[in-house]
Formats: sequence, structure tokens, C-alpha cells
Amino acid sequence: MRLRPRTPNAKKERRFRIGAAALPYLLISPTLLFVAVFTLFPTLRVFYDSLFLQNQAVQQPQFTGFGNYTALFQDPTFNQVIVNTVIYVLATVPLSIFLALILALLLNQKIRALGLYRLAFFYPTILPMVSAATIWLFMYTPGYGLVNVFIEFFHIPSQNWLGDPNLALLALIILGIWKQTGYFMIFYLAGLQGLPYDIFEAASLDGASAIQSTRYLTFPLLAGTTLFVTTIAVVNAFETVDQIYIMTGGGPNNATAMLLFNLWQTLFSFLDNGQASAISVILIIVLLIFTVTNFLYTERRDAYE
Amino acid sequence: MNKKTLLVVLTLFVVSALLAACAPAAAPTPSSVTLTFYYPVAVPGPITQIIDGYITKFEQQNPSIKVNAVLSGGYPDTLTKIETTIKGGGTPPDVAVMLSTDLYSLVDSNAIQPLDDYVNAAGGSSYTSDFYPAFLANSNYQGHIWSLPFQRSTPVLYYNKDLFTAAGLDPSHGPANYQEMAADAQKLTKTDASGNTTTWGLEISSDGIPYWLFQSFVIGGGTNVVGSAPNQVTFDTPQVAQALQDFADLSAKDKVMPTGILQWANMPNDFVNGKAAMIWHSSGSLANILKQAKFNVGVSYTVGEKGYGAPTGGGNIYMLKGIPADHQAAAWKFIQFMTSADIQADWSINTGYIPGRKSSMDTQAMKDYIAKTPQAGVAPQGLQYAGAELAAHDNAQIQKALGDAVQAVLTGKSTPADALKAAQQQADQILSAFKN
Repeated sequence: MRLRPRTPNAKKERRFRIGAAALPYLLISPTLLFVAVFTLFPTLRVFYDSLFLQNQAVQQPQFTGFGNYTALFQDPTFNQVIVNTVIYVLATVPLSIFLALILALLLNQKIRALGLYRLAFFYPTILPMVSAATIWLFMYTPGYGLVNVFIEFFHIPSQNWLGDPNLALLALIILGIWKQTGYFMIFYLAGLQGLPYDIFEAASLDGASAIQSTRYLTFPLLAGTTLFVTTIAVVNAFETVDQIYIMTGGGPNNATAMLLFNLWQTLFSFLDNGQASAISVILIIVLLIFTVTNFLYTERRDAYE
Repeated sequence: MNKKTLLVVLTLFVVSALLAACAPAAAPTPSSVTLTFYYPVAVPGPITQIIDGYITKFEQQNPSIKVNAVLSGGYPDTLTKIETTIKGGGTPPDVAVMLSTDLYSLVDSNAIQPLDDYVNAAGGSSYTSDFYPAFLANSNYQGHIWSLPFQRSTPVLYYNKDLFTAAGLDPSHGPANYQEMAADAQKLTKTDASGNTTTWGLEISSDGIPYWLFQSFVIGGGTNVVGSAPNQVTFDTPQVAQALQDFADLSAKDKVMPTGILQWANMPNDFVNGKAAMIWHSSGSLANILKQAKFNVGVSYTVGEKGYGAPTGGGNIYMLKGIPADHQAAAWKFIQFMTSADIQADWSINTGYIPGRKSSMDTQAMKDYIAKTPQAGVAPQGLQYAGAELAAHDNAQIQKALGDAVQAVLTGKSTPADALKAAQQQADQILSAFKN
């Protein structure tokens, strides 16, 4: 077969090779088109728009360079928005991941009514955020809300949770953790069930205690899940908006205003296209830095393993 | 079926579906005009049903005009939809209900057209004089009239007559000024054995749009925060600071009101459940409160240091710019119909909004309604004490600047003088971009 002269078929073969090389591009082209139209183009466009002044006073776009950015960072409200967002991210991400892991470990055992527990903890995820926020709005009501009735049981006086600038952000953090912990728990449960049983068996034969095998085997083996969950949690935290809209409107006195809410308000309430574009660019850059770092870190880890 | 037939069948199917989609539904008669009308909803009730009823009536009177009424969400959604349509080069609705205070934003973005020619043809000042001057205050700008009052309101003071009697107060009238209100609230506030408050003397909400109810304190104090031109506001004055101090004292000093920011939506519940003896709320909440309260409800005016005072609120009806000429004439007919005495009276009875015109109060329907529910007559009477609602260029930002100052003081984060000074600086900076 190999001795057969190639000439008659060479042209056909080359054409086939070009076709084979083009095929993958052809296959990903719909996706590529989608990404270009709905992600890449808007990203570039929003960066372009952020260089122009366009608001209620300036109806026709006027080039301003980085003027929108300077104005943002000089605005005390925007600085507070950044601080609020950072507090919210730092509070919700580690806490919900930690709680999710604990819950997953507990619910990965053979206990009675296991499905019921899993359902109970997963339930908040099924609720749309708008409904959850409306329910919690009622629960936080001063005087007769469920949260106040609960704390009064411990002789703590009723609090105006959403109306007190010192408590409002905490109230949103509690809701955020409640809402997403069950979701992360599912990932950990899946991760736990995919762990190789033989390693644990070997450890237990070697006399490792339950705590030791959790600490030295389960946690490291779940690192991939943790990275994945962290990415989702951070993006979630930056995209907090529904509950702010429903529960506080960013108040009292901007105590609960966060990045995406501020963006929404700047664009749709203040009709300030230039500044809203600048906020979008900042949001994109922050999330991009986080995602790329995360990605590079994961790549490096995989190379080691 | 082989592949080829399948392909042919599929192609035929797709082509016929496309043709069906492109075909015009039903050709309109040449002389008829179809108007699009956007209206937002801000009060509970079967609003769409009521509006559809008006439209049927209008179409019967004007067979050549069809009206396509679109429920456009809340006020901010309506404004956003229209501004976005105009910026994107699309065709806006012909007629829309938007906040009376949106006037400057709408003029700035070149979205609306003046109604002068139509108003003059309808009789000029003899036509407009039937509308309440307090409501028309937000219609005039640059010598033009831009809108007519459609669904307007003011805050009023609701009080529990039974609790008034129990506390030894005269239930026939509410407090006449701030000092009386604070004293009444003191007598009405009840605590249990362990020191927890069971009934608050007074609740005034401060979330959402805190500047609005705060304006009652200011206007009742004999002044206002609205400047003489839409690029001016007067936040930083001793009288406004005093009004803000009065608001904050109710919870911080007198302890007749819960601390922190109170929520607008909770006020009617607290009132009908007897948790609060007096509340300030929109006149538009009257029907709902009367339906739920199991005690005698009194309605009075909101107050400041010098007596009664309240801002106006609510939506006006506007004609959008860039609509065809035959639409304009039809749109004016529709605006005239929707602001007519009968429709305004009916709209008021069904929703609790105050009629835009005085003659609505003389209609038989309104007279019968007030005879049955005397509380409904209070808010229109109170219009003589009403001042203009805060409106300026870049209005959402200006209103937020004052609202933030109010919240900062109510939560003990700032003093009235400092907070108002900061709000004034912020407003001055925003407004410096506008010439008048």
C-alpha cells in the first residue's frame, strides 16, 4: 500500500487536509460569533464610551479622556461603593465556602432522612433572588419580623436591620450566605462522592483518624472544587444587585450600595452613560484580573501534579 | 420519505411561516390613527382594567382614533424605556404618563413637546385655570406649558381616632403644627412593663425617596428646597437645617418614633395594626388604609414648625416629540379626555389620587363619594398648603443628594448643617453644567 504512487491523489489529499484544518474553526465559529457579538464587541464599545462625557447636561458625546474615571474616584459615594463591595466579597466568599464544605462533609454520611436535609440546605438556591429578598425584607421588619422575634428570644432588643447603617450591610451578607451556601454544598458533595475510596481505606488501615484523613486527604483532594466554587462565589458577590434593589435601595445613606447596583443607578436612574461605562470597565477589569489569576494558578497546579 | 422530500417539505414550511409573519394583520382604515400610550403604575388596585375602561370610552367618542395602552412598569422604567428609545433612534410612544418632576430631564433630552398651541386653542388661561396651581407648578418651563396633571398626590397625616380619644386628645382634628404633633405623639406613645414600646406616637418613612416627606417639614416651616430656577436648589439654609433637626428629634430626642430608616411599605401596616398612632403617607394610600383599619381613621395635613405644609407628587401626562402631525392632534384629544373633570373624578375615586382639576370636585360622582368617605375630601383641601416638589436638572441625582443628607442625619451619622452643606455642594457641582 505504501508503495502506491501518491501523485494522482496528492491534490485531493491536500484539499482534504485544508478541509480538516478548517473544520475545527468551522465548528467553533457559531460560538465565536456569539462571543464576538455579545461579549467582545460590548466590552470594547463600553471602554470606548467610557472615554466620553454623555449625561443629562451633555447630550451629544464629548471626548474627555479618562475624565469619567477621575470623577468617579473623587466621588465619596463611589469610594464607599468600593469599600462596601470589598467588605461584602471578603465576608460572603470565605464564609459561604467554609459552611458549604462543612455541610457537605456532614451530609456525605449515612444518616436518616438524608435527602430531606440535602433538600433543606439546597432549597434557598432554587428560589429566585427577588423572591428571597422579598421574604427576607419581611423577616428583617423591625418589631415583628422573624429575625427580631428570634433575637428577642435571647434578650437582644429588636433591631431596625435594614434601617441602621451599621447593620444593613450585615443583613445583606447574611442573606447572601444563606442563599448560596446550599449551591456550593452541592459542588462539594459531588466532589466528595468522586473521591477515590481506596486512598481512604489505605489511610484508615494505616491508623489515620477521621479528622486526620479529612485534613490531609479530603481537603487537598477537593482543592479543584474549591477553586471552581471560589470563582463562582467572587463573581456572584460582585454581581449583587437584586436584593439591594428590593431591600434597601442602596441606603441608608449608601451603606449598602455596591458596584453593580451603583452601575444600574448611574445608567438607568441618573442617565449618565459615560460614567456608567467607566464603572462597567472597572467591573470588567476587576473580574478579569481575578479570573486570569485563578486560571493561571490552576494551570500551574495541574502542571505540578 | 427520502432526504430530498424532507428537505423540500421543510423549506416550504419555513418559507410559508416567514410569509405568514410578514403579512399585515388587518389593514387599518385610511383615516384612523393609532396612538401608543405608556402609563406606569404606582398604586395598588385593578389599574389596567380602569385605564382600559377609559380607553374604550374615548374610542367610542372618537371612532377614528385607536389607543394602544401599554402598562410600562414603574415611573423609572417608563422614563428609561422612553429615553432609551429616543437615544437609539426609535419611535417613542405618542403620549406617556411620567413624573411631574421629570420635566427638566425630558426637556434636556429633547423628548417632549410643548402643548402651548393646543392649550391656547382650548381657551388658554381660562382652560388652565381649572387645574390646581400647585399641580401646574411642574408644567411650566421656559415660557411653555409641557404637561397636564394626571395622577397627582400629596402626603397626608393619617391618625387613629380611637387612640386619640384614649390618650385624651381631641379626635376631631390632627395637629396644627410640629410642636403640637410632637406633643400629641408623646401622649400616644405607649410602653409595656419591660420598657418595650408597644405603640409609637408617630412613624414617618425615610427610605426610597426620603426627600419627599422631608419636604413637608420644610414647606410647613415656611420655606422650600426648590430654587428659583431649575439649576438652583436651596438645601443649605438655617430653616432647612431646623426642619431636618425636627425630623431627627422625633426619634433621637423625643423617642416617639422608631430609630433608623423606616420603610414606606411598612407604614400602612403599622398604622392599621395599631403599632403607630399617626403616620405620614401618600393620599393615594387612603382607600387601602380605610379598607384594612378596624378603628376610626382621621386624615389631616402634614406639618412643619409654622403649620401645615406638603409637597405635591405623582405623574403628569406628556406628548412626546417627533410623532407625526396627525398623531399630535389625536394625542391632544386623548390628553384632554384623560384630564377631563369626569375622568379625573373617576380616577380619583378608584385610586385615591387627587383630581387634577377643581371642577372634578363638583361632579356628582365625586360629591357622592365624599359624602360616603369624608376623609377623601381632605387631600384636595390641603392643596392650598402645598408647595412644589423638588425638581431640577439631573433630578434623580439632586433628589438623591438631599435624600442622602436626610438619611445621614436620621441615622446619627451627621449633623443637619454638615449634611445639608455637603448636599448643597454636590448639587451645585451637578447643576453648574446647566445654564438655566
